[in-house]
Amino acid sequence: MAINWFKYSAPTTFYSLAGKLIPWFAVAAAALFAVGMYIGFYIAPVDYQQGEFYRIIFIHVPASILSMFLYLIMAGYAAMGLIFNTRLSAMMATAIAPTGALFAFISLWTGALWGKPMWGAWWVWDARLTSELILLFLYLGFIALHASIDDPRRADRASALLAIVGSVNVPIIYFSVKWWNTLHQGSTIKFSGTSMHVAMQQAMFIMLVACWLYAIAVILARVRSIILERERHTKWINELPEVKHVA
Amino acid sequence: MWLDIWMRENPITYVLLGSYAVAMAIFLVEIALVRHKRALTLQQVRLMQEAGEEE
Repeated sequence: MAINWFKYSAPTTFYSLAGKLIPWFAVAAAALFAVGMYIGFYIAPVDYQQGEFYRIIFIHVPASILSMFLYLIMAGYAAMGLIFNTRLSAMMATAIAPTGALFAFISLWTGALWGKPMWGAWWVWDARLTSELILLFLYLGFIALHASIDDPRRADRASALLAIVGSVNVPIIYFSVKWWNTLHQGSTIKFSGTSMHVAMQQAMFIMLVACWLYAIAVILARVRSIILERERHTKWINELPEVKHVA
Repeated sequence: MWLDIWMRENPITYVLLGSYAVAMAIFLVEIALVRHKRALTLQQVRLMQEAGEEE
């Protein structure tokens, strides 16, 4: 059976679909956070070099991955909105930015907390850390630029350009540990394998999936508000049960 | 200095409070803001609808 994907790119259809999906993603995220933390704190063994401090990576690594991927997805949606002039794409880009910024902040914050006992410093002007900080500024720049322009369509176009240009920073973050001699270590998990204990891998993977599900749930919830706001003059919004029914 | 000593004596508390509790607090604040924004937008749309009906 062929699925008409274009149907879901219309705000009218997407609004109700997102509403149905949010509880599933939210409940799954909460359950996986609990399982991930249980494995990370009770089953995963203590690291022989870093001691208990290494357990920060179960939130630090997923947050860092999410901050980079969300930026690329945001830039992709922004580009789609710019090229095809689709309403939902620009709304999605706007909805992704705050969550991406929060993940970039969590990545920097937890990195600093790990850096203090391991490196003896909260912060160093290392290529990986600096490029991640630039990523946070790019997210904040996107949000600020979008908020500073009154006309939403013009705001979408201006911030889309910033998102697209800024996406060059993502490969810089990823490859910074290879291109430069950095204090930040390289990837522990590679295609060729890993030396990590299996429980550590499980905890990190489960926390990564939990972060993804959380991000999807919160972005879908945010985009529903943006759709409501931008389409408030249309007939279909006025016919929605939640708009008609006043509690 | 005292923080250096404290974190080495209580590594699990340091990790849990410093990173996981902060991350969870950030998630909770984000959820609260999203819910607040939705309630506000819905109220705005309803007010507009009521104003339209009165005209």
